[in-house]
Amino acid sequence: MTLEVESRKETLAEDGLPVEELVVNVGPSHPSTHGVCRVIVHLDGEIVTRAEPVIGYLHRGIEKMCENRTYLQVVPLTDRLDYVGSMYANWAYCRAVERLAGIRVPERAEYLRVIVCEMQRIASHMMSLGSAAADTGAATMFIYAFDERETIVELFEDLCGARLTYNYVRPGGVSFDIPEGWTDRLLEFCRTHRVALREMDKLWFGNVIARGRMKGIGVLAADDAVAWGASGPVARGSGVNWDLRKHDPYSVYPRFDFDIPTGSAGDVYDRARVRLYECYESCRIIEQAVAQMPGGPIKAEGLQRLIAPRPGDAYDHIESARGSLGVYIVSEGGPRPHRVKFRSPAFCNLALLPLIAEGHMLSDLVVCLGSLDPVFGEVDR
Amino acid sequence: MNITELRDHLCEQHPDLCPLFSIEFGDGVLSVSCDKLYEAASGLRDLGFDRLGMATAVDRGETFEVVYRLTSRSMSVGIFLKCHVPRDAPKTNSLFPLWPAALWQEREIFDMFGIDFEGHPDMRRILLPDDWVGHPLRRDYTDDRMIRRPDYI
Repeated sequence: MTLEVESRKETLAEDGLPVEELVVNVGPSHPSTHGVCRVIVHLDGEIVTRAEPVIGYLHRGIEKMCENRTYLQVVPLTDRLDYVGSMYANWAYCRAVERLAGIRVPERAEYLRVIVCEMQRIASHMMSLGSAAADTGAATMFIYAFDERETIVELFEDLCGARLTYNYVRPGGVSFDIPEGWTDRLLEFCRTHRVALREMDKLWFGNVIARGRMKGIGVLAADDAVAWGASGPVARGSGVNWDLRKHDPYSVYPRFDFDIPTGSAGDVYDRARVRLYECYESCRIIEQAVAQMPGGPIKAEGLQRLIAPRPGDAYDHIESARGSLGVYIVSEGGPRPHRVKFRSPAFCNLALLPLIAEGHMLSDLVVCLGSLDPVFGEVDR
Repeated sequence: MNITELRDHLCEQHPDLCPLFSIEFGDGVLSVSCDKLYEAASGLRDLGFDRLGMATAVDRGETFEVVYRLTSRSMSVGIFLKCHVPRDAPKTNSLFPLWPAALWQEREIFDMFGIDFEGHPDMRRILLPDDWVGHPLRRDYTDDRMIRRPDYI
């Protein structure tokens, strides 16, 4: 990748006509940019010679706002980071606070956290696969995927009253216990979801046009994925077997039996396929977690509303649907954090766009962007 | 590998870095002076820390603390690398030549704290507009539109 700003260059095509480099602005508000992202694209004919993402359109200064709030008041803000997977930011933030303040979480709450986060993974991947399919022109797949997502969103609504910003995981536990009959509906969903996944597999991954649009496009080498800090399905699609649930286990994940799907080619197809297989694994984890879940309290006892940890800093990370989501909190002893940093996987993955889009057609840029699955609430914070 | 094994391994391979290593909240922390940052980072990379997970900074009053979190896939362990840059001359070496992942993350630190990274190929603002005045995550930053919540909460 070249980083110098090149001057507009003029070359001669084979037939002797001058070909000028064309600079096209895609976005910031465009149906295929998956949010408010602008990409400055340098074109040679229809081939992308350079793609430069311009971000910050959704920057709300959440890290600055955290400095002015108590530890509990920050939790609703974390919902607004990755609004497709709010549970992850909730959990990662709460884990960092718990580590800093030395709070012990009851076992039932840990199981509930695992269950909602695996449901969230399915919901997030359905959103990702659906919109990625719509980018390649497969509108049917989009509807099928959103139908699956809707069931999970309804389950979340019954659990905590919200469909998008859940504010469910709190420091020391979770906000509500599960309502009656909820686990039966969840297990029924896991059963039907596997059927739906097989159907989607055939419908989209088996489609010759979709395969043509995805195979060999946006290839990311495994070495580049590691060096550029890629994580989640983007890194695993390139064959980097790295998943925090397995390789830096947290919470109760070591008790479950599940596999980490990895790709080999590192192209758009493999990244999408890793997401599809992760949904199967999430169903497996949910079923085991429901079977193992103990009774008991869902919140740590004797927890004060005003948490004031001792001075120090703590970092904790979890595997979100997009990759390693880390939260770094610095306390200076007061009731408000001195600094909160969200290490967002979407931000780090999006930095790869210039690398993977170079040399492809302009229409493939959209597919490459979709395969990175950026959520701009999290990229811009 | 757990954190004490990491300490022993580090002390064996890099005796000069050994006294700078400490354990805080269960995480290994290596505090170096900023002119030794690049050297220490490349030493850690050779030790097997192949991923730059997070790069950020913290306003500590007189200084800014630049914080890198490195992880090793082969050893399954993470480490913090920290250094303090003076507030009046915020400048340090970029780790972009070691891990390209620093490209955007150091741009964000520059945007939010005004810390200049030498050797970074593209030192521009990333989240805020290019004509923004000031660096918002400094504690003394103020803005006409900022709302301060009352202190009684």
